[in-house]
Amino acid sequence: MAITRAEVLHVARLARLALTEEEIARFQEQLSAILEAVGKVDELDLSGVEPTAHPLELSNVWGADEPRPSIDVEEALANAPDREGSYFRVPPA
Amino acid sequence: MTWEPVIGCEIHVHLKTQTKMFCRCATGFGAPENSSTCPVCLAHPGVLPVPNERAIEWTIKLGLALGCDIAPRAVFHRKNYFYPDNPKGYQISQYDEPLCMSGSFLLPGVGGDTEIGIVRAHLEEDAAKNVHMGGGEGRIHGADRTLVDFNRAGMPLVEIVTQPHLRSSEQTKRFLQLLRQTVRELGISDAEMQEGSMRFDVNVSVRPEGSDELRTRTELKNINSFNFAAQGIEREIQRQIAIYEGGGEVVQETLHFVPGQEHAAPLRSKEEAQDYRYLPEPDLVPIEPPAEMVEQARAELGELPSARIRRLETELDFGLAEGLVTSGRDGLYERTPGDRRAVANVVMNELAAAGLDPTEVNGEELGKLVEARDRIPREAFMKALGASGDGDFKAEDYLGEAVIADESELDPVIERILAANDENVAAYRAGKQGLLGFFVGQVMKETGGKADPKVVNTRLRELLDRS
Amino acid sequence: MIDTLRLTAKEANALLTGGELSSDELFAAYRAAIDERDPDLNCFLHVCDESPGAGIPIALKDVIGTKGIPTTAGSKILEGYLPVYDATVTERCQARGLRTIGKTNMDEFAMGSSTENSAFGPTRNPWDPSRVPGGSSGGSTAAVAAGLAPWALGSDTGGSVKQPAALCGVVGLRPTYGTVSRYGIIAFASSLDQVGPVTKTVADCAFLYSVIAGRDPCDTTTVDLPHPVEIPEAEDLRGLRVGVPRELNEAEGIEPGVTESVQAAIELCRELGAEVGECELPRSVEYGLPCYYLIAPSEASSNLARYDGVRFGLRVSPDGIRAMYEETRDEGFGDEPKRRIMLGTYALSAGYYEAYYGQAQKVRTVIRQEFAAALERFDVLVSPTSPTVAFPLGAKTENPLAMYLSDVLAIPPNMAGLPGLSIPCGLSEGLPVGLQLIGPQFSENVLFRAGHALEQALAFDVVPPRLA
Ligand SMILES: [Mg+2]
Ligand SMILES: [Zn+2]
Repeated sequence: MAITRAEVLHVARLARLALTEEEIARFQEQLSAILEAVGKVDELDLSGVEPTAHPLELSNVWGADEPRPSIDVEEALANAPDREGSYFRVPPA
Repeated sequence: MTWEPVIGCEIHVHLKTQTKMFCRCATGFGAPENSSTCPVCLAHPGVLPVPNERAIEWTIKLGLALGCDIAPRAVFHRKNYFYPDNPKGYQISQYDEPLCMSGSFLLPGVGGDTEIGIVRAHLEEDAAKNVHMGGGEGRIHGADRTLVDFNRAGMPLVEIVTQPHLRSSEQTKRFLQLLRQTVRELGISDAEMQEGSMRFDVNVSVRPEGSDELRTRTELKNINSFNFAAQGIEREIQRQIAIYEGGGEVVQETLHFVPGQEHAAPLRSKEEAQDYRYLPEPDLVPIEPPAEMVEQARAELGELPSARIRRLETELDFGLAEGLVTSGRDGLYERTPGDRRAVANVVMNELAAAGLDPTEVNGEELGKLVEARDRIPREAFMKALGASGDGDFKAEDYLGEAVIADESELDPVIERILAANDENVAAYRAGKQGLLGFFVGQVMKETGGKADPKVVNTRLRELLDRS
Repeated sequence: MIDTLRLTAKEANALLTGGELSSDELFAAYRAAIDERDPDLNCFLHVCDESPGAGIPIALKDVIGTKGIPTTAGSKILEGYLPVYDATVTERCQARGLRTIGKTNMDEFAMGSSTENSAFGPTRNPWDPSRVPGGSSGGSTAAVAAGLAPWALGSDTGGSVKQPAALCGVVGLRPTYGTVSRYGIIAFASSLDQVGPVTKTVADCAFLYSVIAGRDPCDTTTVDLPHPVEIPEAEDLRGLRVGVPRELNEAEGIEPGVTESVQAAIELCRELGAEVGECELPRSVEYGLPCYYLIAPSEASSNLARYDGVRFGLRVSPDGIRAMYEETRDEGFGDEPKRRIMLGTYALSAGYYEAYYGQAQKVRTVIRQEFAAALERFDVLVSPTSPTVAFPLGAKTENPLAMYLSDVLAIPPNMAGLPGLSIPCGLSEGLPVGLQLIGPQFSENVLFRAGHALEQALAFDVVPPRLA
């Protein structure tokens, strides 16, 4: 279940992580070992088994369509790394 | 060779709930930026979504109107991707277990009904609004910064996906218009293109007539008007045909239209291979629509627009019937007694031109107006029509005092009377001025007493004195 | 001077209600203990100088949101972040007068078993500062063990309350999934995360659980408790059926000293009147850890996507949005979150979902069924909480898989959403050993009763000798 360097790079791109060369090499090795260990689940024949997404079997939990106060704009922006007026500002998308 | 277009649509409709899909921030168009936000829709650490019950009810209602099966169990999934307008880094949407599936939408046409297959209708949340600054106005390219407003983030959105069952740009436009009207009549969305509460993407391909292959398609995105959709699709159909006829191959790509710039060439982009890494949303539990909820929604449906077009077509022609229904004017049409065609024309044209809300017009009174339409001065008719939306409008108040004072309407009558009485004309001109009263009497008789005597007097004198 | 080392929450509260001490004096006493001992232990990432309320103090794991009080989840990417809202558990504690004394250290985003993965330096074990306190709630468990707080809250995804409680010689509960609100808890793996009490006694644990448990409209995965929490009083185990799952007690890597203490505790169960028998969990232990290390990283890869430098937290800002994301996340996340994000992203990506995430969800069903079968015959299952006692700092940092094995016994019941209580049951090499008690969903009262009776009989001294 070894993971290739190309796969490490692909996954890092999907996850938006700019890995250093050292990290790429180390993660390739470590992820290969971990995948080897967790890949064990594939040994089991579970064709007739339903997946468990959730430990409790709940359904239909929702809230009424009744507005509650929003937070203050200044509070919304209080943690913003950068802003322009009442907008969050980011580099060009 | 004859080519057949193959067209499918994806339509996003904002539900007009009071609050967002997963938090209780108020929805609403035009609030100051970032004023309708909270930790949940800003995706602060630790927040959790709470689904909006009404949005679920309304999606079920829409699904029923689209002839869909309502799933016994629907599951929200996370669609993972990074973009500044996507605060959590995933959109909560529905994936392989949507609320509504396998529907069929009846699109009436001149030659009969067409069934447009509905693949699914599912519930999801909208993204925030990005404003690209610097560079060209609001354009992505050349911008030097992007500003983000999270008011729209998390607004409830229904996505409707059709089968590729549409066969022309004109048919697609008619489908989209009828779908819009259906959504509006269900009372679940304003479906206003300008406000972005209805948006659609269209997939277009062509194939040789008679074949059932599906060729490479292109996707037209961000279309924000029906006419624009029809033009864009038509242009794309012709472009693809030209490519095939020139021996080329159509490339799968996306054509992005810039909203508001309907004549600008679309931006083309190769479809980037996406990997959304869907997973069942672990913060939410499944929806198992209770029977009462589904039955309640079904009971609220009423006669759907497509059925009404078919019914009205029997008393009008198809175009008028469709026009009335898709413009939401057929209710007034049906409430208004009188000659069907005359009523349809007044409701469809004059009333629209007068800018009146058809739901506020009293049909009985409008019927009296339509009936008198050809007897009364145009000016008086239009004046009465303009007032017909008032709550206490009474046609007789206007018809009673309606006078023909318009020279352009009176002149033909006067000329006809003068021509028919040349002896009296000659006598008048010879000096028998007292004959003026005779002519006035004739005009009044002819106009059923509605002519303005002052105007009649003046015009008669002018015309008799002329030669 | 108040000896905070020995004081239980119940006793501390009695001092207040008896009028012997004011809430401020008590708060000051714990603040003094922190000033004295925390420089060596690093249990706290933030200490509060004042805090509203008229009751006793509580320490909160830094994964728990506290309005206006820094909350970082042990990560550089949230350095300086000030929540604009309180977590539901924070509100519930405040509603009962509890005063937040500080935010405790943890493995970054609760990913780890030693609290060495904190971006702000490791916490040390009060029993032996050269050793780890366990993790990821190591700050909370070490703080309670060292008398820096009468009690604390931690969070447990794959053993993060139970395991450090074991290694620090305190009581830790991982509640039934869905009984404690996750609203305001910085998410790691949503289908597993659960907040739990860390205390000196089982009675304190039951009380704190009663404060935080119950349905929260802000968390749709929560439910109301089927029966109210009972503060345990029973001194015996008569009528209780105690199961000893072979695989959980004989797993590879369990230290002999740990087995010895646990065996003695099982013997004690018999003496206290319990009916003790063996049982099997054939696949739960073998496949529990692999199952966990697919599901938790997958959910984490998605939960940690919001740390993008747009709305809060760290931003490293070169040109362009993509570079901003990539540099921010590379610099803001430590090794372990990156590793798990990579693992989870891979497991969810096109072509792998069915073999990994999909299959792991099915394994979860198998584990649920196995526990359900065992719990038909027994009221409580027992095992060591951790295969080892506290290990030296640095011993496992180079080998992620070895670190992951620290939770091999704590994880299986978590996958089934079952509650687990860890109580100290003895010493091995002078370090605490934890006993794990597992019951069916919503069986906390049974766990409290059994834990309390054992606790009384064991008379384990929770004060680390070097501090006494
Ligand atoms: Mg969509
Ligand atoms: Zn909100």
